[in-house]
Amino acid sequence: MTTDIDATAGKYLRDKYAIIGVGETTYTRGSGMTTRALGTWAIKNAMDDAGIPASEIDGMMSYSGNDSTASPMLAGDLGIRLNFYMDVQGGGSSSEALIGLAIGAIEAGMCETVVVFRSMNGFSQVRIGGTGARASVPVGGDALHSAAYGWFSAGQNFSPTFMRHMYDYGTTPEQVAMVKVIHSEHASNNPKAYYKQRVTVEDVVNSRMICKPLHLLDCCVETDNATALIVTSVDKAYDYRNTPARILGVAGRVCKPRIDMHFQHGPISTVAGHYIKDIIYRNAGVGPEDIQCTGAYDAFTFTSMLQLEDYGFCKKGEGGDYVSSGIMRLGGERPNNTSGGHLCEGYTHGMNMIIENVRQLRGEVDCYCPQDDQGKRIHSYNYAPPEEGGGCRQVPDLEITQNLGWAMPGTGSSLIMRKG
Amino acid sequence: MPQGEYLGMTLTVLDLDNENLAYFQHCADHDFHLQQCADPDCGLIRYPPGTACPWCSKREFNWVPVDARGEVHSYGEVHHAIQPAFRERAPYMILLVELDTQSGVPTEHEALRVAGNLVDADGNFAGPELVKQVGIGSRMRMVFADVADGLALPHWTLDEDAAQPDTPWRYPQEVNGV
Ligand SMILES: [Zn+2]
Ligand SMILES: [Zn+2]
Repeated sequence: MTTDIDATAGKYLRDKYAIIGVGETTYTRGSGMTTRALGTWAIKNAMDDAGIPASEIDGMMSYSGNDSTASPMLAGDLGIRLNFYMDVQGGGSSSEALIGLAIGAIEAGMCETVVVFRSMNGFSQVRIGGTGARASVPVGGDALHSAAYGWFSAGQNFSPTFMRHMYDYGTTPEQVAMVKVIHSEHASNNPKAYYKQRVTVEDVVNSRMICKPLHLLDCCVETDNATALIVTSVDKAYDYRNTPARILGVAGRVCKPRIDMHFQHGPISTVAGHYIKDIIYRNAGVGPEDIQCTGAYDAFTFTSMLQLEDYGFCKKGEGGDYVSSGIMRLGGERPNNTSGGHLCEGYTHGMNMIIENVRQLRGEVDCYCPQDDQGKRIHSYNYAPPEEGGGCRQVPDLEITQNLGWAMPGTGSSLIMRKG
Repeated sequence: MPQGEYLGMTLTVLDLDNENLAYFQHCADHDFHLQQCADPDCGLIRYPPGTACPWCSKREFNWVPVDARGEVHSYGEVHHAIQPAFRERAPYMILLVELDTQSGVPTEHEALRVAGNLVDADGNFAGPELVKQVGIGSRMRMVFADVADGLALPHWTLDEDAAQPDTPWRYPQEVNGV
């Protein structure tokens, strides 16, 4: 599947754009501030990370479900004069898609350097799990075919897909629980993670049942946070502080047929990654065998597994074996969600998994390892918990990462990056 | 504009939403109908209601009666309900029932898979014992919950006239006896 990466070919803009800065707020439950304040905090951190002044940013994009503050407000606060902005509707899988659109806006000559952000009080204001104020809104239109049945939250909506995978392939609760176990190991070595406690398979399968087949610990954590990253062309990317994470390819919001009721088009245990793989690997000029570290969206344990399987990291139906084999553990052949992801670090609608891979590609992930007098990490590559002398989560010799963004079983996005 | 209170929710079929207005009127008549593409070379039936044919893009269609029986294709079983009135009904099942009509058409894995809750033969939400009897492969028939003039919701109950599987497939782990 691998083909030569030829940066001069111009094909799909492969390798011509990069992420030069990343930043986030702390992950809390109760930020005590507006999404406007959270957003400016994350963007400022991304600017400081890159060492880029406001005068050299002229584009901004964000996504939300009407639970954020629009780009022009944040740009104004930060003294960024915009030549382009776009705030779109959407949750998971938007981050990769917007990175692709940012490249398109720059390529079209509309602007030169674009901030992409997501700001959300996902615990204290608009709860992502759908509890609180969102649970009692009137039901009309097409929601009569879903919400009226108490089929409403993400976990409820996705359950038939997850359940059918267990039926079709014999996937077990214990196999899927390993996604949470492994991500919790990674989170224990992440000072930013909201949940740093390592858990066991028994902890997961004995936790409270939310919606079969999802136990409490199969579901991600709801947090308040904002996240941001900065995209620019490769000819500018080396003017800034960090080694750029160069973008080999993107695919955005690729859909199964009929996503308003995608269950009509089986197999229902197949997800959008089945279609995305034909776009993303072509665009990037690499195949799954070349990917050394993944960020497979973990709104639920199952979402990571289903995606890894449909992108071709294992055979269809063998996702349970893949996620429980240890391959995606730090120290394994292809670690997944080294920050702890949505299950443990915090819920960001996908951004934190891209931010993590950018830092991984730099070799400067923010673990518990000591820093030298230049501020550079001296990694131990010891993945034991900090209290046992470990605390590292840097993947050694990393060249290529992939993000697998999930919106729902029928829609996803992807991003492949390489070390600059 | 059909509107009514149902399990603590205000359900509304919106003005101008002609496809859903007709769909839920048929449900209110307890006479399940779906849209059939009017193209003579296509003629496929679709669910949920929509404004064109997903297979041939033709906008014209006819409402046709559909035998509302089928088999559970998959399900979710909610133990921690989110919407307030569903809490006292938990655990409740969300069923995706594959109709016998047009199963595996036009391609192997396509079918009309109609959502609904598991209810008893009288249309009441299933209790915990009934929930445990239903899984993938269970044979179901449709019953309707009346909400308002022009609005009833389709639900599913075990089909007494059908041969049921000895053990329908159920989630392999039973936690705390539920
Ligand atoms: Zn380290
Ligand atoms: Zn047609």
